[in-house]
Amino acid sequence: MNILVFVKRVPDSESKIKIDHDKNQIDKHGLNFVMNPYDEYAMEEALQIKEAQGGTVQAISVGPEESMATLKKALAMGADEALLIKDDAEETYDGLRQATIIAQAVKEKFSDYDLLLFGKQSIDTDNSQVPTMVAALLGLPQVNVVTKLEIEEGSGTAVREIEGAAEKVQFSLPAVISAQKGLNEPRYETLKGIMAAKRKEVPVISLEDIGIENASLKPKLKLVKLAPPPTKQAGKKIEEEAEEAARQLVEFLHQEAKII
Amino acid sequence: MILTYMEIRDSKIKKASLEALSEAKRRADDLNVKCGAVLIGEGLKALTEDVFKYGASQAFLIENPSLGFYGPSLYATILSDLAAEVSPRALFFSATAMGKDLAPRVAAKLGVGIATDCTQTSVSDRQLEVVRPIFAGKAFASFRFSSEPQIASLRPNVFPLLDPVSEQGEVIRKEAEVSPDQAQDQVVEVIKGEGAEIDVTEADIVVAGGRGMKEPDNFSLLKEIIALLPNAALGSSRSAVDAGWVDHQHQVGQTGKTVSPNLYIAVGISGAIQHLAGMSSSKYIVAINKDPDAGIFKVADFGVVGDLFDVVPALKKELEIFKE
Ligand SMILES: Cc1cc2nc3c(=O)[nH]c(=O)nc-3n(C[C@H](O)[C@H](O)[C@H](O)COP(=O)(O)OP(=O)(O)OC[C@H]3O[C@@H](n4cnc5c(N)ncnc54)[C@H](O)[C@@H]3O)c2cc1C
Ligand SMILES: Nc1ncnc2c1ncn2[C@@H]1O[C@H](COP(=O)(O)O)[C@@H](O)[C@H]1O
Repeated sequence: MNILVFVKRVPDSESKIKIDHDKNQIDKHGLNFVMNPYDEYAMEEALQIKEAQGGTVQAISVGPEESMATLKKALAMGADEALLIKDDAEETYDGLRQATIIAQAVKEKFSDYDLLLFGKQSIDTDNSQVPTMVAALLGLPQVNVVTKLEIEEGSGTAVREIEGAAEKVQFSLPAVISAQKGLNEPRYETLKGIMAAKRKEVPVISLEDIGIENASLKPKLKLVKLAPPPTKQAGKKIEEEAEEAARQLVEFLHQEAKII
Repeated sequence: MILTYMEIRDSKIKKASLEALSEAKRRADDLNVKCGAVLIGEGLKALTEDVFKYGASQAFLIENPSLGFYGPSLYATILSDLAAEVSPRALFFSATAMGKDLAPRVAAKLGVGIATDCTQTSVSDRQLEVVRPIFAGKAFASFRFSSEPQIASLRPNVFPLLDPVSEQGEVIRKEAEVSPDQAQDQVVEVIKGEGAEIDVTEADIVVAGGRGMKEPDNFSLLKEIIALLPNAALGSSRSAVDAGWVDHQHQVGQTGKTVSPNLYIAVGISGAIQHLAGMSSSKYIVAINKDPDAGIFKVADFGVVGDLFDVVPALKKELEIFKE
């Protein structure tokens, strides 16, 4: 099995998000960047499939030079090779732009693959768009938000979460899969892995190298405004005996919230 | 026209789709364009009444016995073909598991932009504008589109349903070319959860437990409350899932589900930023926690400082009294 895993560099989930209103952007100063958490599940799954069935795992990221750290983590986890597609554009929140780059890179740089593994969502844009868009652009089958994956020769079966149930999906290979929490437990990098990753050369290519002119990637969405979340007034807080507290709570649910 | 994709589950249109259709109707009226609905599957005619009730004046039916089971490749082809034919201004989905799977694939096939999981839509200067949370709700971004159809998926439970009207509309049948090789990814089985459980994302009320619950068996306390409330479901923090107390289907938060019920009751949950990410858009939030400084109180409309093992049983009693 030859597996391509797509990993993105994102601010960690603890980050306090500030808006730079002049630039209409998120202020990146002081943010701590990590591998997108869902991409860790994708990486782990790729490694487990390789360990069971042989083959190669290649990690690919699109982003600024700093994304190298994300790729080094993928290598330290056990990826055989990595590739950075350098793109310094500010976040456009347009999944199609990202997917176009990824699909084009796959076409230009990889001919022999069985699986494209993604996280189900980037925790910065919260788009949940790129995997299915890449599948569409490459004409491949897709299974999204996967919690169980079985790969055989030429085909596979995946279980994906839906509301109150799960869907079992059969698909042919090559295919696009996006990983959800629950698929596996991502491993930690070993010291040996980290050392080996440090020494490994990671090729860096440009958009032009895969035949993309930056101008052809004009985003299809226009970001009009960034705003902080609506501030919520903390409501009533009571410290009463349980019986009295419960009585007041039920009264609140009935009279104010009108839920019961 | 604004066209809305109607998701069918268990031979019924999902409520989330009717919400998206209702919102589509409001925006179609602003833009002075038609409001249409599209249904894919089998046995569709019986469902058209509902789409006319909630704002559509045209229902496009793509009916075929082999479309009974969902397959993203095939469904996306059908939808993008239809969009190419009828050229809607906008195409709406609900941001359900299916909508999240299907909408971006349709957008990519059409080469147009999409905004996923929107919580607001509006029209200004005859242009559609949408708002969606980014960074797990730590910021809100407004977008306009520079391509058509403008595709948006709408977060369930956020957009109000229209008051149903008894209108009749036009039924338009379309043929789909279904070749077996298009079914290269297809659902072969739907595995139901235990019992008639309601999913957290679809519930009107979520009662969620965290590490404060101490033991898996104590979740029965919350289940007793759930049984007393209408359309209520169990939620949890990640700590409770990681401890193995509840299945991760129930996890609310950044790496769990995003919910916006009418009422969210957080029991023994501290209110970490990753948890708030999944529930802070709930209409009313109630917190029960013994630590008066717990972060959850900052977002709670009603907070009870106290031991959950006293407060929850007392709440059960009060709800029983109230019901009588
Ligand atoms: C990348 C990443 C993603 C994450 N994603 C999520 C996510 O999706 N969802 C999520 O929830 N978390 C997530 N987390 C974890 C999050 O940071 C917190 O660790 C977690 O939410 C804490 O769960 P908790 O509130 O149940 O536990 P705690 O923080 O331990 O809080 C327990 C609370 O219970 C109260 N308590 C204890 N006993 C009682 C009692 N007898 N009566 C009343 N109150 C009591 C305590 O006062 C305390 O406030 C994520 C973390 C990371 C790093
Ligand atoms: N710039 C990127 N580089 C590599 N992979 C990406 C990039 N953007 C998105 N992805 C992949 O697509 C998944 C879903 O992203 P999104 O559609 O942005 O929510 C992520 O979890 C990654 O696996």
